[in-house]
Amino acid sequence: MQKDESTMSPVPEPRPSLAEAAADAASRRALARSPRAAFRHGVVQTLPFLIVIVPFALLFGVVATEAGLNIAQVMGFSVLVLAGASQFTAVQLLTDNAPTLIVILSALAVNLRMAMYSASLLPWLNEASRAQKAWISFALIDQSYALSIQHYERHPRLSMPQRLAYFGGTAVMLCLPWMLFSWVGATVGEAIPDGIALDFAMPITFLAMIAPMLRTPAHLAACFVAIAAALLLAGLPSGLGLLIAAPMGMATGAVVEARSDTRAAAQEG
Amino acid sequence: MQASDLTIWTIILVLGVGTYLIRWSFLGALGNRELPGWVLRMLRYTPVAVLPALVAPLVLWPEATGGAPDPARLAAAAATVAVGVLTRNVMLAILAGATTLFGLLYLLG
Repeated sequence: MQKDESTMSPVPEPRPSLAEAAADAASRRALARSPRAAFRHGVVQTLPFLIVIVPFALLFGVVATEAGLNIAQVMGFSVLVLAGASQFTAVQLLTDNAPTLIVILSALAVNLRMAMYSASLLPWLNEASRAQKAWISFALIDQSYALSIQHYERHPRLSMPQRLAYFGGTAVMLCLPWMLFSWVGATVGEAIPDGIALDFAMPITFLAMIAPMLRTPAHLAACFVAIAAALLLAGLPSGLGLLIAAPMGMATGAVVEARSDTRAAAQEG
Repeated sequence: MQASDLTIWTIILVLGVGTYLIRWSFLGALGNRELPGWVLRMLRYTPVAVLPALVAPLVLWPEATGGAPDPARLAAAAATVAVGVLTRNVMLAILAGATTLFGLLYLLG
């Protein structure tokens, strides 16, 4: 199986390097941290991500307000859904006057990858209480997942309180700014006069999110098939083409990946 | 948009609950169950299939021009993708796209 940051296996594989990693200085520091210090460590390591989160949240607030949502609805999205790409997806489809069911299904599809995050964190957080797991689930976004899983795999001997505190630090520093700056963006958006070419803000945002994902032939194939199908099906009622084109792209990615796995295995054997 | 306040709030609530359940799935309910390989594979390619399918018609037939392909918007899309692929940086890609769009709209009048 190919290894990149989006293909974490659900169960961490034992690695020979873990024993050495635990012995080095960074690990000694990590293992010595009180939960409070582990929380602060999570906060500090999250700071660079604010360069993306803050403008992204501002943009969502502005674009959603321009599309016709009021501030309460913008905040409803950013607090209750708390998932940037799917929020943009829902607002775009609302703008296209797509049927409610299609808006919901498409935006949920964008979030399906989070089931993978949930599975991948479980071995590290299995001993947490039900309430703790419930809170983690609420704040499980791309960046809090990526930071935490890296931290847990780097320092496998962290105690449960240290793991939870680190996740808490990343989550607070990511989710609160997302909510706050969505609100700022919505406030600004209400003051922006209509007629500025903001219609294209959302397509540009989506393209910017997609481009860095095109890492492997399978990702490229999935993207290409999804685009071709979406363009061919563009005549269908709004949103329906997406609901057919997206699964075709997903299946293409899966097939291409399975094939390259088989080929790699054949070469090794 | 034509959606009523009630429709928008319904979408927000269903999306909020649904997204939460996706995040909670393995941590809270499914436990250490192994997912079949093909399910994991499909999950991996959801964003890279859904988002392009959503955006492709918007790029080719933008609403602002009544659906006619527009050189400024096509160039902006190309610049965004190029910078995104080269730098892997989402904000730089957005900046490149926005600069191209507003620059060309200004030049082409």
